[in-house]
Amino acid sequence: MSTHEPILRESATFDRLTIQEIQRAAETGIYDIRGGGTKRRVPHFDDLLLLGSSMSRYPLEGYREKCGTDVWLGTRFAKKPLHLKIPVTIAGMSFGSLSAQAKEALGRGATIAGTSTTTGDGGMTPEERGQSQTLVYQYLPSRYGMNPDDIRKADAIEVVLGQGAKPGGGGMLLGMKVTERVAGMRTLPIGVDQRSASRHPDWTGPDDLAIKIAELREITDWEKPIYVKIGATRTYYDVKLAVKAGADVIVLDGMQGGTAATQEVFIEHVGIPTLPAIPQAVQALQEMDMHRKVQLIVSGGVRTGADVAKAMALGADAVSIGTAALIALGDNHPNLDAELRKIGSAAGFYDDWHEGKDPAGITTQDPELSKRLDPVLAGRRLANYLSVLVLEAQTMARACGKSHLNNLDPDDLVALTVEAAAMARVPLAGTKWIPGQNGSGY
Amino acid sequence: MKTIDLSTASVRELNQALHEQHKQLTERDWVIAHPAGKHNIAVGIDEPLKIDIQGHAGYYCAGMNKKADVVVHGNVGVGVAENMMSGSVLVKGNASQSAGATGHGGLLVIEGDAGARCGISMKGIDIVVKGNIGHMSAFLGQAGRLVVLGDTGENLGDSLYEVHIYVKGKVKSLGSDCIEKEMRPEHLSELAELLQKAGVDEDPKAFRRYGSARNLYNFHVDNAAAY
Repeated sequence: MSTHEPILRESATFDRLTIQEIQRAAETGIYDIRGGGTKRRVPHFDDLLLLGSSMSRYPLEGYREKCGTDVWLGTRFAKKPLHLKIPVTIAGMSFGSLSAQAKEALGRGATIAGTSTTTGDGGMTPEERGQSQTLVYQYLPSRYGMNPDDIRKADAIEVVLGQGAKPGGGGMLLGMKVTERVAGMRTLPIGVDQRSASRHPDWTGPDDLAIKIAELREITDWEKPIYVKIGATRTYYDVKLAVKAGADVIVLDGMQGGTAATQEVFIEHVGIPTLPAIPQAVQALQEMDMHRKVQLIVSGGVRTGADVAKAMALGADAVSIGTAALIALGDNHPNLDAELRKIGSAAGFYDDWHEGKDPAGITTQDPELSKRLDPVLAGRRLANYLSVLVLEAQTMARACGKSHLNNLDPDDLVALTVEAAAMARVPLAGTKWIPGQNGSGY
Repeated sequence: MKTIDLSTASVRELNQALHEQHKQLTERDWVIAHPAGKHNIAVGIDEPLKIDIQGHAGYYCAGMNKKADVVVHGNVGVGVAENMMSGSVLVKGNASQSAGATGHGGLLVIEGDAGARCGISMKGIDIVVKGNIGHMSAFLGQAGRLVVLGDTGENLGDSLYEVHIYVKGKVKSLGSDCIEKEMRPEHLSELAELLQKAGVDEDPKAFRRYGSARNLYNFHVDNAAAY
């Protein structure tokens, strides 16, 4: 008889996580819900590299020569396009999913940094409007809290067709977060499991959307930029149709983009990553002679200045952050590890944002938890983080010899993997090979 | 009284002229001639104006109306009075889909029929339809009252929250979680007031009341088939 410990072989198909999920499903009878974006490894900006300068290109001095960062959004039709100091905006996240303190902190941080923040599926709060110099108002299928006064108070309107975490899915806010204030803003009974519609109630296709956008322009006397936000799926066609419908700005959210609450199976199995979505959108815009005329904002997995630079090199005019902004505010901070373990998670892993038990006071409506978040301090942390993103992106752009972030282009990029080369449509490093396109490698 | 003729003026010029009244109210009574089914007529009004539209209107007529009283002497397209906040809209003809969608307040009266999804996601608006309404009406309705003198299409009140629905005619079928409810004195009184406001001479006792069973407010595995 052997004295060695037996080597247990874990099934690749039925691994421990899969077994646990089957057991959980059998016990509860309901799908798993969580926050955040996809956790699976997908081709991403990490699979691209920027080509710095040497002989054939010359760099800009890192600390002496300017590298511009500003961006205009909404120049196609709006009388009052937005002019942001940095090309990193804050993505739409609702009051309801987030505490009022978190929304205020996002506004404060964005304002310090000179960028915009965005409402979400629950209307506009005074805290958010008051602290956001530039605020984008989302126009969602649910139309919770939608009213013309807030539309007029907004600086831009974002018609939301979908988001990267759940293209084709509606909003979700479970009963534990539908407090008296949240319910009042959404005209819902307190404590209901709120499951929003996935389609708009009064238009169904691109021809209707054109009339809807015209209505919003009429209501606002053609002053405000109209964005159209899409989850990344059939991006080439969706972008063309959104532009045809009259969008000033396209917001493109890849599957790494976060959600407040969605079925795990939806997050992990629907939509495409950010990387292959960008070239599709840029191609659509270029074919319509609308690239740089209709601006492209990309979101879904932006974490560093390198990600910002790579997204812009692929053709984005700006990027948007959501999950990273929450982390900057204090989400999943190591100091919270002990408390997170009490609710079955740990710092760095917490994603049960729908339960409203966030010890950071961010993804909660519990007044005791919410007040833990100091909006001034958290706003400062966000501003610091935004500053780092921009400094990092500038560092890379200067190394590529660019005097403005928007001068980065696909020629500044190569791919580390065949998959990334095919998806991003840039050559595999050291070759001229772009899989799926003409030309031979060497 | 000021008349704007849409055979010569654009919808943009019309809406701008109406919005100028937000800054300084100089004219309460407006006539819109030759609307010819144009979209987005009289949207985003924020003053107690009286607006008379002398013909058919397209999509989103009187969209997001606040305070104004609008009369349409014809039919209207998709989303009449969508997201109305207050005031009133009276349609002399028929209305297409999504009439009064997401409306938060005010009174929408349709003298003819209304298409599918009448009152979809309504949030406090009152809607009175003298004719019939289409399928999936009051879908996800959150608050307000929907009164129908004629018949309804399939799946009335599907996934309803707290809308009160009163129907005099036949209901083809009820949607998920929508049930018939007892007509108590407070409902007869509420309905009588609504009918009177809408200028309808009907006996409230001739109507039946429908509302939410509230079984889907919180998820329960035994209700999964209803989703």
